[in-house]
Amino acid sequence: MNARSAAARLSVRMSASSVQAERPVSDLAARRKREAQRRRLTVAGLRLGLGVAILAGWEITTRLGWVDAFFWSQPSAVAAKLWLWITQGTDLGPLWEQVLVTMEETVGGFVVGSILGVIFGVALGRSRLLSDVLGPYIKGANAIPRVVVGALFAVALGLDIRSKIATAAVLVFFVVFFNAFQGVREVDRNLIANARILGAGDRQLTTEILIPSALSWIVASLHTSFGLALVGAVVGELFGATAGLGELIYAAKNNFDTAGVFAGMALLAAMALVAEAFITALENRLIKWRPPVATETRI
Amino acid sequence: MTPAIELRGVTKRFLTPSGGVYTALRDLNMTVEPGEFCAVVGPTGCGKSTTLALISGLEPASEGEVDVFGSPVKGIADGIGYVFQADAVFPWKTVLENVAAGPRYRGVSNSDARERALDWISRVGLSGFEDRFPYQLSGGMRKRVALAQSLINGPRILLMDEPFSALDVQTRSLMENELLALWAASSASVVFVTHDLEEAISLSDRVFVITAGPGTVKSNYKVDLPRPRNVAEIRFQPRFAEIYEEIWKDLKDEVLVSYERQKRSGAA
Repeated sequence: MNARSAAARLSVRMSASSVQAERPVSDLAARRKREAQRRRLTVAGLRLGLGVAILAGWEITTRLGWVDAFFWSQPSAVAAKLWLWITQGTDLGPLWEQVLVTMEETVGGFVVGSILGVIFGVALGRSRLLSDVLGPYIKGANAIPRVVVGALFAVALGLDIRSKIATAAVLVFFVVFFNAFQGVREVDRNLIANARILGAGDRQLTTEILIPSALSWIVASLHTSFGLALVGAVVGELFGATAGLGELIYAAKNNFDTAGVFAGMALLAAMALVAEAFITALENRLIKWRPPVATETRI
Repeated sequence: MTPAIELRGVTKRFLTPSGGVYTALRDLNMTVEPGEFCAVVGPTGCGKSTTLALISGLEPASEGEVDVFGSPVKGIADGIGYVFQADAVFPWKTVLENVAAGPRYRGVSNSDARERALDWISRVGLSGFEDRFPYQLSGGMRKRVALAQSLINGPRILLMDEPFSALDVQTRSLMENELLALWAASSASVVFVTHDLEEAISLSDRVFVITAGPGTVKSNYKVDLPRPRNVAEIRFQPRFAEIYEEIWKDLKDEVLVSYERQKRSGAA
């Protein structure tokens, strides 16, 4: 009832504004705006509905005993676990500390891996000799399932943050490296010729032409690589740690506490979503010179 | 007087990806005087663009000599402007940054470069668009950016590789008139490559006809039409038609040779 009256009021206001609009152009614009708003509401509603349906299905099937709640937990237990962690802290200490530790490891690995990836990608993209010599080694290293280096780093660098940053950085490095390399290789020859005629030296060619040109490739890879950094940090924690969300999940697993495992997963997903928003903002800043992606046009 | 550009017995060969040798230019001779506006016409694939690459120093000649103001070309020389056929303005720079790039690369301070760029932007009629990115401009406006970007360096030689071929007819004749005005205000020699004989005659003092590849200069014609010219109207002068007919007789054979070859390689 409440929602319906609100909708009625909304439509009244809208028809009033379209009556006020004298020119058909602004009328069309208003209609377009209204349609867009309606679509946003539909999408938001469907999203919410889907989430509720999944959680409700999960809860009901476990309550009815069709699915064993001991192995698969249930949303209410996961929520209770999260609430417990938030209010009373985890076995490892306050929850925010665990989140912060994992965040630090992820961001650290992401930054280190991205910087090294860009440096090596640009260097190899520029130098034929370097890429011919190092090419097979990099391809070989890339073929190794890289999470296993986490085991090595846990031994060599110890249980503190360094081993996790190293693991995350290795995962990030290859993605960013290949994109930076390809980006530099595919620079428009005309742009290079133009810059050279205009008087650009080698250094300016790199900073003003090659890197900006490769940037759209590199930035596109950052979305994937942040996820990998998170994987690296968590895997690093699984190989041995004293704090962090990965360690929290590991400890929950050892106690057959599946609600704890799911709660940790939910926190990781939330972290990834927040980071994704940051990266999209960064992308829009870094490559604002690109035409905006054409949205669907309807008449 | 030393000629602005002199090519003597120039041959240019390229290695093809399959390992063969492709001769783009053969024994080409060409002289361009200081301040002269020259057009180079010829059938497709006759090596017109290669000629510009040799003069600019982007490519070395395989044989023969290329002199610019009396000294041999070794690498990219100073005092050369180059307007490319495709869009070569930097898509990640604004109009202002694009135009200011040349002076900045040459060590001019940022504020001076900016000031000079603003001046050139207004000269090519783009005031108010300084902060736009190239994707926000029309094709004709991007060509204006490219022109300002080249001219800001005060080139003594301006090389243009079919710069207006992608523009619609109206924009094109506007741009041609503006180019003539900008050129008249400078003392630069221009080498303007085109496949359009009308464009060549209406713009230039001299037209070089290049043979079907491997290219060499078949003949060159002086264009004695009065200046200043309006390219949209000069085509109606009787003298224009005479010159056109004369050059076309020469060019026609080369175009036919090139066409026959393409047909044959297409059929093969």
